[in-house]
Amino acid sequence: MPFTPTDYLPYDFANRRHIGPSPAEMEEMLKVVGAKDLHALIDDTIPKGIRQKEPLDFGKAKSERELLHHMRVTAAKNKVLTSLIGQGYHGTVTPPAIQRNILENPAWYTAYTPYQPEISQGRLEALLNFQTMVSDLTGLEIANASLLDEATACAEAMTMAQRISKTKAAGFFVDENCHPQNIAVIKTRAAPLGIEVIVGDPDDLDAGAVFGAIFQYPGTYGHVRDFTNAIAQLHDAKAIGIVSADPLALTLLKEPGAMGADIAVGTTQRFGVPMGYGGPHAAYMATKAAYARNMPGRIVGVSVDSHGNRAYRLSLQTREQHIRREKATSNVCTAQALLAVMAGFYGVFHGPEGLKAIAQRIHRKTARLAEGLKQAGFVVRPATFFDTITVEVGPLQAAVIKSAVDEGVNLRRVGTTSVGITLDEATRPEVIEQVWHAFGIDREDKDYTPHYNMPEKLIRTSDFMTHPIFHMNRAETEMMRYMRRLADRDLALDRAMIPLGSCTMKLNSAAEMMPVSWREFSLLHPYCPADQAAGYHELIDDLSSKLCDITGYDAISMQPNSGAQGEYAGLLTIARWHRTNGEGHRNICLIPMSAHGTNPASAQMVGWKVVPVRSAENGDIDLEDFRAKVAEHKDNLAGCMITYPSTHGVFEETVIEVCKITHDAGGQVYIDGANMNAMVGLSRPGDLGGDVSHLNLHKTFCIPHGGGGPGMGPIGVKAHLTPHLPGDPNDGEGAVSAAAFGSPSLLPISWAYCLMMGGDGLTQATRVAILNANYIAKRLEGAFDVLYKGPTGRVAHECIIDTRPFAESAHITVDDIAKRLADCGFHAPTMSWPVAGTLMIEPTESETKAELDRFCDAMLGIREEIRAIEDGRMDPENNPLKNAPHTMEDLVVDWNRPYSRECGCFPTGSFRVDKYWPPVNRVDNVWGDRNLSCTCPPMEDYAET
Amino acid sequence: MKYTEEHEWLRADGDIYVVGITEHATTQLGDLVFVELPEVGATVSKDDEIVVIESVKAASDIMAPVDGEITDVNSALADDPSLANSDPLGEGWFFKIKPSDPSQIDGLMDEAAYTALIS
Repeated sequence: MPFTPTDYLPYDFANRRHIGPSPAEMEEMLKVVGAKDLHALIDDTIPKGIRQKEPLDFGKAKSERELLHHMRVTAAKNKVLTSLIGQGYHGTVTPPAIQRNILENPAWYTAYTPYQPEISQGRLEALLNFQTMVSDLTGLEIANASLLDEATACAEAMTMAQRISKTKAAGFFVDENCHPQNIAVIKTRAAPLGIEVIVGDPDDLDAGAVFGAIFQYPGTYGHVRDFTNAIAQLHDAKAIGIVSADPLALTLLKEPGAMGADIAVGTTQRFGVPMGYGGPHAAYMATKAAYARNMPGRIVGVSVDSHGNRAYRLSLQTREQHIRREKATSNVCTAQALLAVMAGFYGVFHGPEGLKAIAQRIHRKTARLAEGLKQAGFVVRPATFFDTITVEVGPLQAAVIKSAVDEGVNLRRVGTTSVGITLDEATRPEVIEQVWHAFGIDREDKDYTPHYNMPEKLIRTSDFMTHPIFHMNRAETEMMRYMRRLADRDLALDRAMIPLGSCTMKLNSAAEMMPVSWREFSLLHPYCPADQAAGYHELIDDLSSKLCDITGYDAISMQPNSGAQGEYAGLLTIARWHRTNGEGHRNICLIPMSAHGTNPASAQMVGWKVVPVRSAENGDIDLEDFRAKVAEHKDNLAGCMITYPSTHGVFEETVIEVCKITHDAGGQVYIDGANMNAMVGLSRPGDLGGDVSHLNLHKTFCIPHGGGGPGMGPIGVKAHLTPHLPGDPNDGEGAVSAAAFGSPSLLPISWAYCLMMGGDGLTQATRVAILNANYIAKRLEGAFDVLYKGPTGRVAHECIIDTRPFAESAHITVDDIAKRLADCGFHAPTMSWPVAGTLMIEPTESETKAELDRFCDAMLGIREEIRAIEDGRMDPENNPLKNAPHTMEDLVVDWNRPYSRECGCFPTGSFRVDKYWPPVNRVDNVWGDRNLSCTCPPMEDYAET
Repeated sequence: MKYTEEHEWLRADGDIYVVGITEHATTQLGDLVFVELPEVGATVSKDDEIVVIESVKAASDIMAPVDGEITDVNSALADDPSLANSDPLGEGWFFKIKPSDPSQIDGLMDEAAYTALIS
């Protein structure tokens, strides 16, 4: 035979593509960690008592090619009709350059939340563009960097209004013209907080009875009304006025700020982000400057770096849960960064004149459509509108909707006798003709005489998007280079490991990502008829069943759009169960002090009281304290929230005991799934005693972080809780999101991951994640103290190293080390969490030995620099750690430092040819928070860059 | 001077007390970036959270040290929170309070007790 037969499997996705270390590398790594083989390491790490009995079995794993074929077959079961349903979701034209350079570009979608500003300047600028655009369109001074969806944003605006209003009134008014899903999510949010929701006609508003009111603009049935008087009445009663506005309509219509609104919310979906059967897209919130500190979500601000140059950063972070815990403004952390970036670029692409032109065309088409219907004798409401009309059809409703479907168009069912129609940027003359056909009108759309039906008093008179960034040359060459320039300023997974503890920055493979932009997944309206989404339902059912197998739960709700929203949804589910059992008084929630700050913030949102439980010396839950607190509160115990493995990265053997104590006292157990990457295939939260968990699909199941969102936090529950899961936002109770399945267009990613890994591959990934973490812990041992090992000296999938001693010995802080890692071309590990002054490192299974070694070399090199400071060989103040990060500017200007350029700019671990250059020096956080500015700075400031 | 366990200091000025936070507290918090003060004339009870302070890494509430009425607030501090860092015992004062029950003052720590607390 001319060749030796091989058993090498080139298309084995799990072992060839997803898992980083090769079998040979794993051999070497196991020697370093001192384990006979991978199984021995796992036996050392995960206590026997909590291991799962049966291995995961999903049948034969698919290759990438097989997967994509399977996806095509599934996608084909979704029927893409033209959607004119509206109700907050619109057809849109994604500029191809944005699709290719942003949405499908790993430099953008694999980035993390910009908590390390020096290596995140590109997306911070892109998000600042988004904020500036929103602030201008709404006429309010400050906007955040996006929220999860419009309905959530409405609910957030309500609780924000309660925080800032000076009245004691307990009511909240909701315009009956708000989208039904917005009303549903507001109601869910209001109930546990004791807020009385009053839905009605704005003309009947009793301002004295409420702390705030929200109005939809334009209304869900098309009405365009002026809320100036209503808001003035609210202000007289010291209440807050909120307008939920379509940002495209605001290019033509009087802006909320001009009506006196205190807060504006809405969605930027129609700014180039496909509907995706519900998401993801970026909602927005804007408010007056005086209320900035009360606004939830992330806010990008402008500051300066250590050389006084302009630099961006996240502002006012003390509002967030990791500091405020149950006093935080909200439990929201994940934003929709990638989608906000897309919407912001849509604004840059079109500029104000382009957006106005798009809006005017949509309106003219709507006017033509309405005219045709009126001429045929139909009653069309309202008299003036932007893009939405409601047609009275009496008993013909079903027939009209059916014949529209036959024409290839979905219309909206309104009440029992009307049909709603909303046009958009993608509506073509043929579509207008199809709609007429559905109404039995046979005519051609040929008369293009401009015709406007907008209320004249409400025409916008103010300028917007005047900043030069929205007026640059819009040639694609220029746009492409602008997007590339920004991407190059950032450090994402396409360049280096991002070893963020608790964030699981693993591979987001190309095959997993490809189906996201297929039209069968991206163009569906969330409220389209179910039979048009058969492919989605098949996908969701199969993924749910796999997630149940993985977690040991009985049912999954895909509705929550983030981990924190999953926590909130899970706790609501528990609360409903308690109420059904006649135990609605149970309101005490035990949470270990080491828990992530979203846990107490979420408990607060469902109206529970947080009772903190002490952590033992080794980071475990203090079982004695836990018992004592349960005993003290047993009559009112709603449940506990724990993280497994613990936030300290250890598999606590006591977890089963903790669950049992809680259940015996009548409580329910919420197990935070943030660390699920250490469990898949090896241990199941449902078996440990958990009643509910959320899964961060954007961590464990490969949805990319997108530079700070999207995310998805579906929850798994035991059977007894299934009837209490969040209901449908259109016609159910207890909805937490605007769309029944959250952000479905992300689900092909997690499904693809499960299908290509198979049960074996998923389990192997968990093992290798644990191996990689233990390898790093071992290599850094001696140079750094590794905290919180298990009883056998192993860590789980992450390890915490102590940098506190260096504050004393060399005046070096955890910040200095993090910024120095940027010089080495790395994103820093998670800083100061769960313990101040430490670094939490999570390599994930996707990193190769070479990359792990490069990181360890960088860390050891930093340790040597600290030693040099300790020994007096380096200056205690003017040293490469204190001056980190170093820019190219530093290298070329006069270098009068007591260390060499080489030492400063090319530390151990950094690449020579492919050196990453941080674009700015260390960002001054204090300056930025003292001089708050959250819109694009004046153009002269750009001159230097 | 009197001190609370929450790291506030109180200095008598007639029957009114000037209140601020100690240097130890400002060192722990880091550079302050935001201060929200109570309304003048407000009646407060001991341990009410009446002031919000923020640094870039922490947010805290300052509680009323005794029952009483707020007679004045340091609006210069609201405009420039760094005063609390640069001159915590002087320019960086927070508010003035007129105790309704002056005997509550006796229950607070003296300098020696506070020094022992933080050392």
